[in-house]
Amino acid sequence: MTFNFKSLRRLISGDPYAGRVVPPSGFTAQLTLFASGAMAFLAVFALALSLASGRLAERWGNELAGTATIRIVAPQDQRAQQTAAALRVLETTPGVARARALTNAEQQALLAPWFGSDLPLDSLPVPRLIEITSTGAGFDATGLRLRLAAEVPGAILDDHGRWRAPLVAAAQRLRLLGWVAAALIVAAVAAMVTLAANAALAANAQVVAVLRLVGATDSYIALAFVRRFTWRALVGSSVGVIVGLVAVWVLPSGGEAPGFLTGLGFQGVGWFVPLALPLVCAAVALAATAFAASRALRSLS
Amino acid sequence: MMLRHNRCDGAGARVIELENVAYSYGGGELLSDISVKLAPGSFHFLTGPSGAGKTTLLKLCYGALLPSAGYVRLFQTDVRSLERDDVAQLRRKIGVVHQDVQFLDHLSVTDNVALPLTVSGRHAEAAGPDLAELMNWVGLSNRAEALPAELSGGERQRAALARAVIMSPDIVLADEPTGNIDWEMSQRLLTLLVELNRMGKTVLIATHDLSLIRAAKAQVQARVLRISNRRVQLAGADL
Repeated sequence: MTFNFKSLRRLISGDPYAGRVVPPSGFTAQLTLFASGAMAFLAVFALALSLASGRLAERWGNELAGTATIRIVAPQDQRAQQTAAALRVLETTPGVARARALTNAEQQALLAPWFGSDLPLDSLPVPRLIEITSTGAGFDATGLRLRLAAEVPGAILDDHGRWRAPLVAAAQRLRLLGWVAAALIVAAVAAMVTLAANAALAANAQVVAVLRLVGATDSYIALAFVRRFTWRALVGSSVGVIVGLVAVWVLPSGGEAPGFLTGLGFQGVGWFVPLALPLVCAAVALAATAFAASRALRSLS
Repeated sequence: MMLRHNRCDGAGARVIELENVAYSYGGGELLSDISVKLAPGSFHFLTGPSGAGKTTLLKLCYGALLPSAGYVRLFQTDVRSLERDDVAQLRRKIGVVHQDVQFLDHLSVTDNVALPLTVSGRHAEAAGPDLAELMNWVGLSNRAEALPAELSGGERQRAALARAVIMSPDIVLADEPTGNIDWEMSQRLLTLLVELNRMGKTVLIATHDLSLIRAAKAQVQARVLRISNRRVQLAGADL
C-alpha cells in the first residue's frame, strides 16, 4: 500500500462516494470521538502545566539572578561603620548597578510576619541587610567575597545562587514533565486509533474482499478507513480542546498573590498553543490508521 | 449501452494464459502442470467434481491467487511481476461472478452494481443512463433501490453479473453462477452470458451443471475444460 501526497490530497478534498464504501459503525465511532476528546482535554492541562512551569522558571530566574544581599553581622557599635565600608566596596565593584542598605522600617517589615511589627531592632543583634542590584553582565561573586573578607570582616555575601538553582531546576523539570505528559497523551491517541482501526478492518473483512474483487487498490481501501478515523480524531479532539480551554479559563486566578497553582493556565500567545492539538491528533490518527491499514490489508490478502 | 463490443486482436493474442501452473495448499498440490490459453472472444466451461479445484483455477485467472509454480499471464503480463495495486487495476478488466455473491449490505443494489465505477474514480451519476440500461438488461430496474438482503438468489446473481460487466471488461469469469438458482433463472443468466460473448467478451464459467453446458452449446461455440486428477484436459464431444 502506498500512502503519498496524492492520497493526502484525496483525503483532504474528500470523495463522498468513496466514503460510503465502508459501512457506518455507530458505537466504535462514538468511542473514538470520546477517547480523542478526553485525550485532548487532558493534553490541554498538560500544556497549561508546562507553559505555567516555564513562566515560573523564567520569573524565578530573572527575579533572583539580578539581585544579591550582604548581611553585616557585627557588634552593635560597629554595624554602621561596617555597613558604610561595605557600600564603599560595592561602589567600586564592576557589575554592581546599585547597592543600598535597608532601613530599619524595611527590615522590620521583612521580619513582621514572624515577630510582629513592634520588634525593637536597635536592641537586638539583627544583621543589617544591603540589597545589591547587578548589571546585566553581573558581578564576580568570588572576587567580591574576597574583598569583603579583607575590608569588612562582618559582611556575608549571599548571591541567591543556592536558592535560585534548585527552584529553577524544579520548574524546568516540571515544564519538561508537562511536555512529556502531552506527548504521552498524543501517543495514547495513536495507540487507541491503531487499535480501533485494526478492529474496524477486521470487522469489515468481507467489505475488503468485495472491494478487492471489484478492482479497488489497497490504497483506496485504506484511504476509506483513514479518512474516517482522521475525521473522528479531528472532531473529537477539537471538542476536547475547546472544553479544556474553557476549564482552564474559569480556573481561579488568585489575583496578584504569587503561587504556582493559581498561575496554572495560559497567557498571551500561549492560548493559541492548544489550538494545534486537533491538527496534531488528526495527523497522528492519519499516520496510525495508515499504518494499521497497511498491516491489516497485507494480512487479509 | 455501456457494454462495448470487443474486437479480437488476432489468433495469437491471449487474454489469459496459464503455463505449467501448479498450486499447492496446506502441504498438498491441488493443481499440477496446468496449461490453458483463452483467446479473446472465446467461451469456455470449466467442469469437474466438487473439490477438484475449479474455484482455485478461476482465482488464479484473475490474480486473486498466485501459482506455486509456472506462469499466469493476464493480457500478456505475468501476474507475479505486478505490484498489488497493479493487479487491482488489471482486475478492472475482468468481471467476476461468484456462487456466493458478496455485496456491501449497507448500499443499494444500484450502488453495489456501480461499485467498480466508484473504486476506479468514476462516479455512478456520470454513468446514469448506462447504469439504468444495464439494470434493465439484467431485469433489475424495479429493484434498483433495494438492499442486497432483500433480493432473491436469482436477483443477486443477476446483480452480480451487472456489477461484473459494468466496467465493460474483456473477460467475464463466473464461478458456479447457477448454483443457487432455479432452472428458469439459470437459463436467463446463461442467455446474458452468451450475449456478452457475442459482444466479444471472453467468458469462462466454472460449473458442475452439465445441463447448463449442454444448453450453452446449443447457443454458442463453447469449449469444455475438465479438471481431473489435478490436471486440466479438454472434454470430449459427449458434453
